[in-house]
Amino acid sequence: MTREMTGAEMVIQALKDQGVDTVFGYPGGAVLPIYDEIIQQEGLEHILVRHEQGAGHAAEGYARSTGKPGVALVTSGPGATNMVTALTDAMLDSIPLVCLTGQVPTHLIGNDAFQECDTVGITRPCTKHNWLVRDVDDLARVLHEAFYVATSGRPGPVVVDIPKDVQFATGTYQGPTSNPSASHKSYRPQVKGDAQAIRIAADLMSKAKKPVLYTGGGVINSGPQACQLLRELVQLTGFPITSTLMGLGAYPASGDNWLGMLGMHGTYEANMVMHDCDVMVCVGARFDDRITGRIDAFAPNATKIHIDIDPSSINKTVKVDLPIIGDVGHVLEDLVRIWRSSSLKADPAAMKDWWKQIDVWRARNSLAYRPNEDIIMPQYAIQRLYELTKDRETYISTEVGQHQMWAAQFYGFEEPNRWLTSGGLGTMGYGLPAAIGAQVAHRDALCVDIAGDASILMNIQEMSTAVQFGLPVKVFILNNQYMGMVRQWQQLLHGNRLSHSYTDSLPDFVKLAEAYGGVGFRVEKPGDLDGAIEEMISIDKPVLFDCRVANLANCFPMIPSGKAHNEMLLPDEANDEAVANAISSEGKALV
Amino acid sequence: MNAQNNPSALSAYFMAEVSDKNETHTLSVLVDNEPGVLARVIGLFSGRGYNIDSLTVSETEHEKHLSRITIVTTGTPMVIEQIRHQLDRLVPVHRVTDLTVEAQLASQDKPLERELALVKVAGTGEKRLEALRLGDAFRATVIDATTEHFVFEITGRTSKIEQFISIMKPLGLVEVSRTGVAAVQRGPEGL
Repeated sequence: MTREMTGAEMVIQALKDQGVDTVFGYPGGAVLPIYDEIIQQEGLEHILVRHEQGAGHAAEGYARSTGKPGVALVTSGPGATNMVTALTDAMLDSIPLVCLTGQVPTHLIGNDAFQECDTVGITRPCTKHNWLVRDVDDLARVLHEAFYVATSGRPGPVVVDIPKDVQFATGTYQGPTSNPSASHKSYRPQVKGDAQAIRIAADLMSKAKKPVLYTGGGVINSGPQACQLLRELVQLTGFPITSTLMGLGAYPASGDNWLGMLGMHGTYEANMVMHDCDVMVCVGARFDDRITGRIDAFAPNATKIHIDIDPSSINKTVKVDLPIIGDVGHVLEDLVRIWRSSSLKADPAAMKDWWKQIDVWRARNSLAYRPNEDIIMPQYAIQRLYELTKDRETYISTEVGQHQMWAAQFYGFEEPNRWLTSGGLGTMGYGLPAAIGAQVAHRDALCVDIAGDASILMNIQEMSTAVQFGLPVKVFILNNQYMGMVRQWQQLLHGNRLSHSYTDSLPDFVKLAEAYGGVGFRVEKPGDLDGAIEEMISIDKPVLFDCRVANLANCFPMIPSGKAHNEMLLPDEANDEAVANAISSEGKALV
Repeated sequence: MNAQNNPSALSAYFMAEVSDKNETHTLSVLVDNEPGVLARVIGLFSGRGYNIDSLTVSETEHEKHLSRITIVTTGTPMVIEQIRHQLDRLVPVHRVTDLTVEAQLASQDKPLERELALVKVAGTGEKRLEALRLGDAFRATVIDATTEHFVFEITGRTSKIEQFISIMKPLGLVEVSRTGVAAVQRGPEGL
């Protein structure tokens, strides 16, 4: 169906035709025609943020918690440059994001006009693809293509840069094509895995003595069906399963075969299993450096199978024996079917021995910490938050740092899409806008940003957004007055010289919450924690929860930099001397 | 198989490219001829720290607006494989072919590779005559001349061009302009 309309009208029409219900944005000169259409329509809700980065992260939070693409709308120049961090974040974590930016009129491009920047040039390396639309008759096609590219294959962020004169101009609108993957001229990612490779994988798995499933964000991105198939595969094989930070929730944390998260702050059992395994099945993960530790000692005896939709993830850092290119959901479907139809079975004797060994590692209790009756331990705070929120529909976002790792270690995720965290880029300031995005998509759910006192200040202005739109997000601040993870590394690497990692003059978070029109809590005693958390949950307003925790607690276990999976520093071994000597001089040069 | 044969990689921040030798490969990339496509390709190489030894680009199929980019690059086999996949991931890229690998698979030494150079040489007397004689020997064509200079047009493999330029140096070499490598596979098949 084609119709004549202005470029600005096309933007609204295309978003609606793509099933978009929410746009996160901030107006400005170069997007005024689009904003003029937004106010004259219904069906598309606009959430006004307080900083463009917030719009990007909120759209990410929306996307991660729904599986649908997030949409952001910002103006030219500073609007676009403020979006760069969020785009890069979405790029590294493979989050589908469609960002529309205004641009100065086409005849002024390249002229250093007011609020002009080379948006497509600046965002080229931090998007999956981007477009500058110079002709209004291209606009509808490009917008539909943008949604296709953002959501298909390995998802990612895209930018459509729309000059102001194109928004004003009248042209022909075309609706979306029914089968964009077949009609796109060059971008057609492979979703079905090679059948022969999957059969070989099933065979290798059935012969394994010490197998492990190492899963990642690709399972979540593939959708609920993929998570279901993963659970089925674990059930059928009896294999132990671990996950990256990005993949938490694909397999339930309460599941029998769950080893906990792996990697730098993963559990002892997960990392020991990774080190000693003979067959590793990597499902939608990418052998990130926080996961592998020292590459030359990574799973030295394992035959590695790697399922990934992105061919460039194969053999990037770790050479694998059997790559399977395809969408996790499709590949797992084939794998489960082959496992069933061929009546394959894991070697029972070997599996019994393997689980016996795993139980020994589990008994090491690597997440243990010393309880304290007077001071709130940060781990305890997360545990209580988990216990008091686990029976609700709860979405957890985080900022970046120690609190993020403690949340990953101590909050048990049973379902996919409930855990929103900045993994690849490690963006402080991510959590509050992400929680807002999740709350917009799930109005009745409990959305909690587990934050640190330093991170939360990076996008604190979004409290104003939450109040304006009646979004009762809860910000649970583990306040230790330090940039805890920075300090931890300074202790490990820099002779305990705590250069600028202590925050003097923190705001009074209770008054700050009230200043924004929200509610503030301060809790200092472990005994007051439960009651305060319950009260926080019951309040239908944005909350800043200032949870004062042990200032000097550090995050363990830890694979120190330059070490292998079987050289973890465990909490009970982490005395001052061990901490000081944990990283060799060679390792220090590497981080 | 496993990474044990790579003892010098000390941490996650090191790539395992220590034990492998560098190879030079010629890649042919078929792309949509749209604004910014070359910037995407070049940005990928600079952003990920890959080498570009030579790069040529021109529209080759006008009706379909397709351009062909020929890139000569150097890296370990793992890096070359990465380059191929990273290029293939770009949305306007239709196809990436590693011509060097294709040639090896067909038991050939190398793909067909040619480069053109314009070489300006100035001088008088015996040096001038010597330059002209050598130009003949290399089958270079004189496309511009005065009594004081020649401009040679020479076509051939990169090694031949390099050799010609170095011979011209003592004979009054003034400047050189080169096109970079264009390449196709041997045999009747196309990309």
